[in-house]
Amino acid sequence: MRYYDKLIFELSRPGRSGFSLPEAEGGMPREGRLWRSAPAGLPEVSEPDVVRHYTNLSQMNFGVDTGFYPLGSCTMKYNPKINEEIASMPGFTGQHPLQPEESVRGTKAVYEELDRALAAITGMKHFTFRPCAGAHGELTGLMLMKEYHLGRGDLARTKVIVPDSAHGTNPASAACCGYEIVVVKSNSDGLVDVEALKPLLGPDIAGIMLTNPNTLGLFEKDIREIAALVHDCGGLLYYDGANMNPLLGVVRPGDMGFDILHLNLHKTFSTPHGGGGPGSGPVGVSERVLPYLDVPRVSGFNGNFTVMLRALAYILMLGRENIRMAGRLATLNANYVKESLKDCYKLPVPSVCKHEFVFDGLLEPNGTTTLDVAKRLLDYGFHAPTIYFPLLFHQAIMIEPTETESPETLDAFIDVMRKIAVEARTNPELLHSAPRTAPIGRPDETKAARQPILKYEA
Amino acid sequence: MGTFCYFPHTGEDIRRMLDRIGVGSLDDLYADVPADFIYKGDYDLPSAMSEQQVREHFAKLAAENVRLKVFVGQGAYDHCTPAAIPYITSRSEFLTAYTPYQCEISQGTLRYIFEWQTMICRLTGMDCSNASMYDGPTAAAEAMRMCVASVKKRNSVVVSSGLLPNVRATILTYAKYEGVNVVVTSDVRAKVQELSSDLAGVIVPSIDRRGYICDHEGLAELVHANGGLLVEYCDPSALAVVKTPAEWGADIAVGDGQPLGIPLNFGGPYVGFLACRKDYMRKMPGRIVGQTEDAEGRRCFVLTLQAREQHIRREKATSNICSNQSLMALWCTVYLSLMGPEGLRRVNELCWERSHYLRDELLKTGLFEPVGEGEFIKEFVLKPHCPADRLMHALAAAGYFAALPDEDGNVCFCVTEKHGREEMDALVKCVKEAAL
Repeated sequence: MRYYDKLIFELSRPGRSGFSLPEAEGGMPREGRLWRSAPAGLPEVSEPDVVRHYTNLSQMNFGVDTGFYPLGSCTMKYNPKINEEIASMPGFTGQHPLQPEESVRGTKAVYEELDRALAAITGMKHFTFRPCAGAHGELTGLMLMKEYHLGRGDLARTKVIVPDSAHGTNPASAACCGYEIVVVKSNSDGLVDVEALKPLLGPDIAGIMLTNPNTLGLFEKDIREIAALVHDCGGLLYYDGANMNPLLGVVRPGDMGFDILHLNLHKTFSTPHGGGGPGSGPVGVSERVLPYLDVPRVSGFNGNFTVMLRALAYILMLGRENIRMAGRLATLNANYVKESLKDCYKLPVPSVCKHEFVFDGLLEPNGTTTLDVAKRLLDYGFHAPTIYFPLLFHQAIMIEPTETESPETLDAFIDVMRKIAVEARTNPELLHSAPRTAPIGRPDETKAARQPILKYEA
Repeated sequence: MGTFCYFPHTGEDIRRMLDRIGVGSLDDLYADVPADFIYKGDYDLPSAMSEQQVREHFAKLAAENVRLKVFVGQGAYDHCTPAAIPYITSRSEFLTAYTPYQCEISQGTLRYIFEWQTMICRLTGMDCSNASMYDGPTAAAEAMRMCVASVKKRNSVVVSSGLLPNVRATILTYAKYEGVNVVVTSDVRAKVQELSSDLAGVIVPSIDRRGYICDHEGLAELVHANGGLLVEYCDPSALAVVKTPAEWGADIAVGDGQPLGIPLNFGGPYVGFLACRKDYMRKMPGRIVGQTEDAEGRRCFVLTLQAREQHIRREKATSNICSNQSLMALWCTVYLSLMGPEGLRRVNELCWERSHYLRDELLKTGLFEPVGEGEFIKEFVLKPHCPADRLMHALAAAGYFAALPDEDGNVCFCVTEKHGREEMDALVKCVKEAAL
C-alpha cells in the first residue's frame, strides 16, 4: 500500500467539470427568498481526475479480497461475485419502491423466496426485511417484543436482560426502545450464570437478549433451561444473529426456544460489508409474535433490497446440500487456530469454541499490549482481529476465521502470530512501533478527539 | 469435500485439522450442544444450483418485473447515474472492507467519509456531519432523538404533515417505543407555541411532499424562543439551488442521499445524512471521521468522538447505530465530485424546465386542477377529475409509473433530467387515453 495524500477538494480547478448533461434553457429562477445565496463549494474536477483519485484511495484499503480478515463477531467471509452480478441486474435496480404491485412481481418473489429460505434455516415463521443493519434489526426486534406485551395488555414489563458479554448494540438498542437494562453476569466458564439469572426474572422482565454462541464463541449449553425460565416468567427470548454463522446448517435458533431473531445478511449470508454498510438485518419471529411483525415502520421503504438479492443468490448456491458444511467448517477453522496458538496466547476459557474465540493477550507480553500485536499483524499483511472486546478481558483478542479460509491461509496466520509472540519477548520495540509497512503509522487519536477536524477547510 | 466453490477444505485437510484439535469428527465440535438441537432433517431449501442456474433463476424473476418509465418521486428519484460511480464503488478494496477499525489500512474508507462529511456540510451549510445513516427517514428519526437528548427535561417534537409519509411514519415508530411525544400538524407555528414548555424540537421539510419549496422565514426564531431545536429534512440534490437549512436558521439537517445518483433499487440501499451546528456535535449518532496526523506528521484520518457510541457507552450511547451505509456514502461522494457545483445546478434546471412543461401540458388536458401554489423543482401534485387509483394502473399498463395517489386524493408526478419532451408528450397522450 502506498501513501496518497490528496483530498478531492485539492484537485479542484475553477471551470473544470466531470458531468455530461444537455444544456438547460435557463428558465429556473436564480435568486429570491427561497433560493440559495451562494453556490455549494463542491469540487470542480474532470472524470479522469475523479476515477484516479478514488482508485488511489482504494489502494490504501484492505478488504476480504485483499487478504485474511479475522475480525471477531463480524464474519468476514468471502463475498461471491455472482452476488454482485445479480444485484446489478437492471430489471431489479430500476424498480421504484412505490410502483404498482402488478409491475413488481419478480421483486416480490425474491422477498418470498428469501423469507421461506431464512425460515427454513432458522426455524422462525416469517421475517420482516425493513431493518437495514444488525443494530437496526435489534431495535426492530425489541419493538416487536414491546408490541407482544402491549398486545396482551401487559404494561409492567419495562426491563430487558442482557449478559455482560453482549455486543454493545444490545443494551444500546434496548435503551433506544425505552427499556431499562438489567445485566446478568457470566460464570467462570464464560456462560450465562443461570443461578444469577433466576433472581432477576419477574413480572417486570420483557425478555432476554442472547447471542448463542456468545461473544466468547461458546455455546450457551443451558439454553433450554434459560428459555424455560424466561418463558415461565412471561418474558421472550431475543436471538442476536451476529453469531449465527457456526449454526448455519447445524442448529436452528427457533428450535432452541427463541421468539425473535435478527440475522446479519452481511455476515452469515456472504453479502459484502461495504466499508461499514449497506448491510441488512431482517427480523424473524415465532408464531406468538407473528401478528405484530409488520407493525414497526423502521425505515423508509422495503429495506436494502439489493443486499437481499445477494443473500438469496448465496443460499441458492449453497442449497440444502452444502449448507450443512458452512457452520461446521467455520467451527473447524476457529478451533484449529485456537489450538495452534494457545501455547503462546492466554486462553481464558479452554473449551471447544464455535466460530470464534477470545485470547486475553500474550502469555509473555513483556510490556507489549494487544494493540501492539494487532498493529504488528498489519505489517505481515493480515487484518487484525477484533480487540478489547468482549469487555470481560482486559487484553481481549477475538478471532473469527470463517469457513472460506483455506488451511494454508490459517497456517500462515498461525506462523505470524507465533512469530509476533517471539518478537514480543526478544524485540518488543518491533511491536510498539508497528505498523511500519502501512501507508501511515499510528495516528494521534487524542488530538483527533480534542481538536476535532471533521471537514476539509482550505 | 472440496466440491463446493466457496469452501477450500479437502477431506484430507479436514482430517489433519481435526487431529490437531484432538477430536474425531466435525460433529464432535458440537458435543456441547444438546443433541436434539442439532438439526438432522433435510433443510427445506432448493438443491444447490450452479452459478449459471442462479443467473438464469434471477434473470427469470427480473423478467417478471415490468420496467416502467418513472414519473414519480415521493422519496425515490429517478436521476441519471454517471457510469464512473459503479466502477469505483465495486472496487473490492472498498466493497469487501468493513468499518475502518484498523485505520492504518483503511485510509481509503476514512478519506472518502471525510470528503462526504465535508460535502454534506457544504450543501447544508452546517458545521459538522456524521459518516451516514441508513436512509433519510431513519436520519429524521435520529434527529428527533437528538432534540430530546439535547434539550433537557422536554419530551415533545412537532412534525410537519408536509413531510413525506414514510418519513413521518419512521419518526412516529421510533418515538412510540422510546416514549417521545410527537405531534404531527399542518400548522407547525401554532403547535410550537401551544407546546412551548415541553418543546424539544420541530421537524419540517425543505421541500414539502407536494413538491413546493417551503418558506421558513421566522420559524427558527420562533422555535428557539420556545426552547426547541429546528430540524430540516432536505433533498441534497435540490440544496444546490434552494435556501440551505443553515440559511433558514436550522440546528440539524437530515435527508436521503438517494437523489445523488443512487438507483431506485426498490427502496434500498439508499443513504441518510445528518449534519448539525457544532453545539450539537457530541450528540450526533453514528460514526464520525476526523483528521489528525501520525508520528511523522503525515495527515491521516480516524474514527473519532467514539465516547458517544454503543461499543463504549452501551445503553448510554447517543444511538444504537453501528454499521451505516458507507458504500452508498461513497456513491454520493463520487457523484458530487463528478457533478460539481455547475453540474448539480444543471440537474435542477433540467428538472425545473421539464416538470413545468409536463405540469402545463397535463393542465391543458382539462383533466386536472392545480393544488396549492408555490415554486417547485421536480415534483408536483394535481387534483384529478377521474379516480386517482384507476389512472395510475392504466398508466402502468401503458408503461409508465405516474400519477401516484397521495393521502389527500391528489396524484403525484415527478420529472428528472432523465426524460425529455418526447417521453413527456407520450405520457400526456396516455393520460388522455387513460382518463377516457
